[in-house]
Amino acid sequence: FAGLADVSISEDIPVEGEITVPVGSHSPDEDFSTLDEPVRDTIMRDLKAVGKKFVHVMYPKKSSALLRDWDLWGPLVLCVSLALMLQGGSADSKDDGGPQFAEVFVIIWFGAVVITLNSKLLGGTISFFQSLCVLGYCVMPLTVAMLVCRLVLLAGSGTVSFIIRLIVVIAMFAWSTLASTAFLADSQPPNRKALVVYPIFLFYFVISWMILTFTPQ
Amino acid sequence: MAAVDDLKFQEFDVAANLLAANPDATTISIDEPTEIPKSQHSRLQEPGREEDDELLGTDDSDKTELLAGQKKSAPFWTFEYYQTFFDVDTYQVLDRIKGSVFPVPGKNFVRLYIRSNPDLYGPFWICATLVFTIAVSGNLSNFFIHLGKPTYHYVPEFRKVSIAATTIYAYAWLVPLALWGFLMWRNSKVMNIVSYSFLEIVCVYGYSLFIYIPTAILWIIPEKVVRWVLMMFSLCLSGSVLVMTFWPAVRDDNRRIALATVGTIVVLHALLAVGCLAYFFDAPELDFPAPLIPAHNISTVITKS
Repeated sequence: FAGLADVSISEDIPVEGEITVPVGSHSPDEDFSTLDEPVRDTIMRDLKAVGKKFVHVMYPKKSSALLRDWDLWGPLVLCVSLALMLQGGSADSKDDGGPQFAEVFVIIWFGAVVITLNSKLLGGTISFFQSLCVLGYCVMPLTVAMLVCRLVLLAGSGTVSFIIRLIVVIAMFAWSTLASTAFLADSQPPNRKALVVYPIFLFYFVISWMILTFTPQ
Repeated sequence: MAAVDDLKFQEFDVAANLLAANPDATTISIDEPTEIPKSQHSRLQEPGREEDDELLGTDDSDKTELLAGQKKSAPFWTFEYYQTFFDVDTYQVLDRIKGSVFPVPGKNFVRLYIRSNPDLYGPFWICATLVFTIAVSGNLSNFFIHLGKPTYHYVPEFRKVSIAATTIYAYAWLVPLALWGFLMWRNSKVMNIVSYSFLEIVCVYGYSLFIYIPTAILWIIPEKVVRWVLMMFSLCLSGSVLVMTFWPAVRDDNRRIALATVGTIVVLHALLAVGCLAYFFDAPELDFPAPLIPAHNISTVITKS
């Protein structure tokens, strides 16, 4: 420190800067606070997101909107409506009837979880809930098929109605499988795509079978 | 008696210079140990090697031990540990399925296809497919059998899916567990060359069930003879895969125990097939016309009275 004894700060060195600390930086969250907006806006935003995803399933293009902002509202609504529509058939038999409400629920959700685990174990890069979201939303064509089947069964339950139901269910099954494959296949390693697509095929096949074999009492 | 010179410490020249002076001297070279080729990457093996592996098994089993230790090194509570059981490509799964359907006599399924890379994908999804195939085919076949009858009302029989699932998954996982425990116990008494890990046994059982999937679809045909012929055929195929896999593991044992083990494997396999056929598929009834009262009976009654 001996060499610094004779150093003095000269007035020629300009000193710059601000002494005051800025109060409250404008983060993007502050502009997006949902506390002050009307409840209707909050609900409509989520409903619009769900509706947009339904449209994406109907016209499956390679978009990332379904994957990026996943939500499970759509799958829940679809699953509950499908399970409700599968009720009311062969209600008198104790053992040999159609699936119960809880069974449909368990098959759809447990099946979706198992398929997601399978694709992740095989090395897929998709996240858990994104995959659940896609598989749940792609049940929509089959829910539409169930609705059509119930309407056709109201008209009659002969051979003609069976053929109509068969064609509708097969078409919707193909649509579901292709839609979910379009979203999910890209995130898999290239030499394992078939290993990931097959369980999805089996999953929608089982749901289609439940829809096709629905017989009202 | 050694010369005094020999007892003195000698400086040896560099090896290259010594060799240049005396090119014919014998040399020993110690290199870095060459890398053991990982068997999970070597798809093609020389054909002659298969026979040696089948007979000896020592070389491969040592390598298997080594590579098994190298491969599954992640602790069992991490996700990566379970990913090692799904380290298969599409063509590998298809090869294994082909190997279970066309058993090559003399070749061991585990040695030929599993190659210390047992996977859980095949057993799990083959069992799932089999469950739904049996339930759906049973339902369809019952529908076709009872189609014309006026009193028949179609029911989807959804309960049978859960029963089928319990049975098939229990067979595909508990029987390998019991067999593995039994083989480990015998291994401690008799020194066997060939021993299988639990996952390899699960793999063999899982892939051997594949033949039942097309069999179950063909069981829709409502002919008893056809069904039994199909069952015998598929039982022979998948039974032979199992027998050829497990015979090398027990043949060094007591003759009776070896035969009893292999016999039990086949009997359990047959029980599964027969049980599924009996429970899920109704017997195709032949339509007899209503029995006619024999004419001579009436005439005898009339003549008597």
